[in-house]
Amino acid sequence: MKWLRAWMLRLSGVFSKRRREREFAAELESHLEMHIDDNLRAGMPLAEARRQAILSLGGVEQTKQSYRERGTMPSIEGILQDLRFAGRQLIKNPGFCCTTIFVMALGMGACVAVFAFVDATLIKPLPYWQPNRLVNVTERVAMIPRANLSYPDYLDWKSRNHVLSSLAVWGQQGYLLSTPSGVQEVTGGRVSDGFFATLGVAPLMGRDFYKGEDLPSAPHTVILSYAGWQKWFGGRPQVIGQEVTLSGDAYTIVGVLPQSFQFARAGNPPFWTTLHAKGQCDLRRGCHDLIGVGRLRDGVSVQNADAEMKAIAAQLEQQYPDSNRGQGAIVEPLREVLIGEIRPMVLVLLAGAGLLLLIGCVNGSSLLLVRSESRRREIAVRGALGASQARLVRQFVTEGLVLVVAGAAVGLVCAHVLLRVLLGFISKEMLPYTPYSGGLSIDPRALVFAGALSLFCLTIFSLAPALRFRNSTDLREGLAQDTRTATGRVWRRFASNLVVVELTLAVVLLAAAGLLGKSLYRLLHVDIGFLPDHMATMQVTLPSNYATDTEKVALTRQIVTRVTSLPGVKSAGLTTRIPVSFNGDTTWIRFVGRPYHGEHNEVNERQVSSDFLKTLHARLLRGRYFTDAEDASKPRVVIINETLARKYFPDEDPIGKVIGDNDLSSKSLEQIIGVVADVREGLLDDDIWPAIYEPFNQGPDDSFTLLARTGQSEESLLPAMVDAIHQVDRGIAVSDEQTMQQRIDNSLSAYMHRTAAWLIGGFALLALVLGAVGLYGVISYSVSQRTREIGVRMALGAQRRELYQLVMTEAGRLTAIGIVAGLIGAVVAGLLMRAVLFGVPAWDVSTLLTVAAVLAASALLASYLPARRAVSVNPVEALRAE
Amino acid sequence: MGDKTDVWQGTLALMVLKTLQTMGPLHGYGIARRIEQTSGNLLSLNYGTLYPALLKLEQEGSIASAWGVSDNHRKAKFYRLTRAGRKQLEKEARDWEQAAAIVARFLAEQQA
Repeated sequence: MKWLRAWMLRLSGVFSKRRREREFAAELESHLEMHIDDNLRAGMPLAEARRQAILSLGGVEQTKQSYRERGTMPSIEGILQDLRFAGRQLIKNPGFCCTTIFVMALGMGACVAVFAFVDATLIKPLPYWQPNRLVNVTERVAMIPRANLSYPDYLDWKSRNHVLSSLAVWGQQGYLLSTPSGVQEVTGGRVSDGFFATLGVAPLMGRDFYKGEDLPSAPHTVILSYAGWQKWFGGRPQVIGQEVTLSGDAYTIVGVLPQSFQFARAGNPPFWTTLHAKGQCDLRRGCHDLIGVGRLRDGVSVQNADAEMKAIAAQLEQQYPDSNRGQGAIVEPLREVLIGEIRPMVLVLLAGAGLLLLIGCVNGSSLLLVRSESRRREIAVRGALGASQARLVRQFVTEGLVLVVAGAAVGLVCAHVLLRVLLGFISKEMLPYTPYSGGLSIDPRALVFAGALSLFCLTIFSLAPALRFRNSTDLREGLAQDTRTATGRVWRRFASNLVVVELTLAVVLLAAAGLLGKSLYRLLHVDIGFLPDHMATMQVTLPSNYATDTEKVALTRQIVTRVTSLPGVKSAGLTTRIPVSFNGDTTWIRFVGRPYHGEHNEVNERQVSSDFLKTLHARLLRGRYFTDAEDASKPRVVIINETLARKYFPDEDPIGKVIGDNDLSSKSLEQIIGVVADVREGLLDDDIWPAIYEPFNQGPDDSFTLLARTGQSEESLLPAMVDAIHQVDRGIAVSDEQTMQQRIDNSLSAYMHRTAAWLIGGFALLALVLGAVGLYGVISYSVSQRTREIGVRMALGAQRRELYQLVMTEAGRLTAIGIVAGLIGAVVAGLLMRAVLFGVPAWDVSTLLTVAAVLAASALLASYLPARRAVSVNPVEALRAE
Repeated sequence: MGDKTDVWQGTLALMVLKTLQTMGPLHGYGIARRIEQTSGNLLSLNYGTLYPALLKLEQEGSIASAWGVSDNHRKAKFYRLTRAGRKQLEKEARDWEQAAAIVARFLAEQQA
């Protein structure tokens, strides 16, 4: 305790130095006076009395110094001194100081922001109990590696498996909800009774679904999400037991989920109901619209579970060949399913940010080097006056520390801004599906990361100058008069290496940005098979009082007619699934008059109005479009896409052929009347699947997407369309009003590619600037060192051209090495990020050449400026220089 | 002045504390003189080393200081023993006696 007290006092003594010094001076004064008094009394003359007093003290200043050292902490004293000195040095060089901090802050900001992203998506555990034991369980078919699960299959899987302690299923469904602003369609979750129990999530209020509550016989109940509870019930606790009406049915609210709960795959719906299996789809084994989530039993691995589920699926294939042929199973970690798709993109961003930071550090450290070079004499003098190596290095570390701390502080601000930008890339529609929608901020974890980065930067910052002044012979040289050329050469080699590193990294980043940009371009310009401009689209859901097909057909005819008659509208149509959304909603087809062995010919199935394909401006290749009159009273007809025609009718004319379901049941038979050029149903980077387009009037649905082509602004058409629909019936729900172009631009694949392209592009631009600045720095320094040499050459009659050559050759050599190394790195990087490229090979020659040209041009400019200065040197002055 | 022994490491603090116990509050010069006198002028005390030692003891809380007026009417800083200092003195004196006894016994054995 004693030493602690003393230590604290000494620490505080650092700040009360002046007062203590004064007091001790007074004490010493009185000491001397008393001693002199005594000496005088002993008979000494005054001068001798005084001398003896000081002698026995051992020197006044020495005493003061040892007292001073005991009074404070010499080490802390030194550090404070270093800090003050570093601060003065940096303030004296604001340009250098700002550049370094700026460079650091950019790299740091990018890294921290991307880290927050990575942390939220890849690192943080899912908000469930023991999330590592959760698995995604679905069926698998040849065309769809991760397909959906049918309700009867789910029941069999659940009862037959021994690897899962529980298995639950979830799906999504649109429900009509009456709100003060009219009827709305809201997507809700639809789950089996054990869904929340499987995830290990308990409701915040009320209760979970009980066993058997998902059966058709059970009463309708609903559990609200926290957000839904806040939005619709203002967070009132009395909601438990209240009723809500969803699509005309009364549901009792039985629970509210905690705020931390999220299930992004289902789009974090505002409420969850139970399955209540019924209707066309749920009871059919061949209709897949659910996804399973299970919890592994203790000791069971994902591989075991996968093997057992595959075995069960094989049994079901035997048992129900009609519906289950080719229906395999797949069990994967839930986490993998959630983040598998975005992981490569996020890692590319992280790598890009890391490279930028590295360039920033290299740049900063070469700036520090330049400065240390100009301070060589100062350092030599300090060394000669007895400053230890450690003390000199500490000075550099301290300066690095000041820069890093300032850079990190500014960097955190940059990170905050960048995160906003990153979030800005996400469309409103997509936000609920992102796993990080809830928490994406600079949290303590990101701060710790920033701290670690700062340490890394500090190491790099202090390493270079510390290495530079490692040996003491250097110090002596620093004091000597004319060793400029020798040390200059050493330094130039070191700094040149740094610049080559910078240029190399810049090339890698530029090439990555080029590849990503080209991918984005290719993606956005992929052939979608129709004209996406000037189209307004919206999701329409009919109320339940239009029960029969006839009523639905009549109502949709009215809607389409009314929308078509709106001013500016050229044509309007509807489809059960809008293009460029996803491959799925498939059916199995079979061809009349061909041998059949029970195979599943899986094709996209869309019910569309007669004008839909015309409205899209799809290209009809053969045959005809159907007419509005072709409804249930007419023979069934179908239009196929080109891929289907090529795959199943390679050598014959499909027009007139008849297809049907697997049993060729009479009501399923339909005649092919047309072939349309492929319309992209899936996402921009998805494959084209075979597709059939059937008349909506021969198989109407409650829910569809309405679209209209206009000659005017499609955005302003959207509200007019909503009004027109509501004039038909106020009970019709309209949602998701967007232009077709917005849908394409905001689609998941476009979003991912755009984010990556913009960010890496931004990083690359900064890298280019930093690389050029670095090169400029080295060449300028080199020129300043060779001023006299240049003067001599001029005096001896060297031509301007030769002098340009002299300087530019040096720059050219560095640039060439940088470009070559960078191009090799770029190809490697391109191969590593193949997963996120679209339609561009890693060794895309035009991209690489462009990058090389851009870098070469920037380097030329960066070295031309100092070269011109060299040439414009006045030889007389140059010869007099130093 | 003849042969004088340097002050052994660590014993200065003990001497200061003992001096303050015997003499009551005293200034630095007084303490130095008193230590010299007690040693029968056999000890060579560098007065300058006394002050950092006093500061250390004060930081550790064994002594406290206050300005006052000396016998011959000079302004001087007076040090006094604190309660913690009294305890420390007891402990250090005991330790020292023990150490001295051990060394003494060694020497006695050698002679025997």
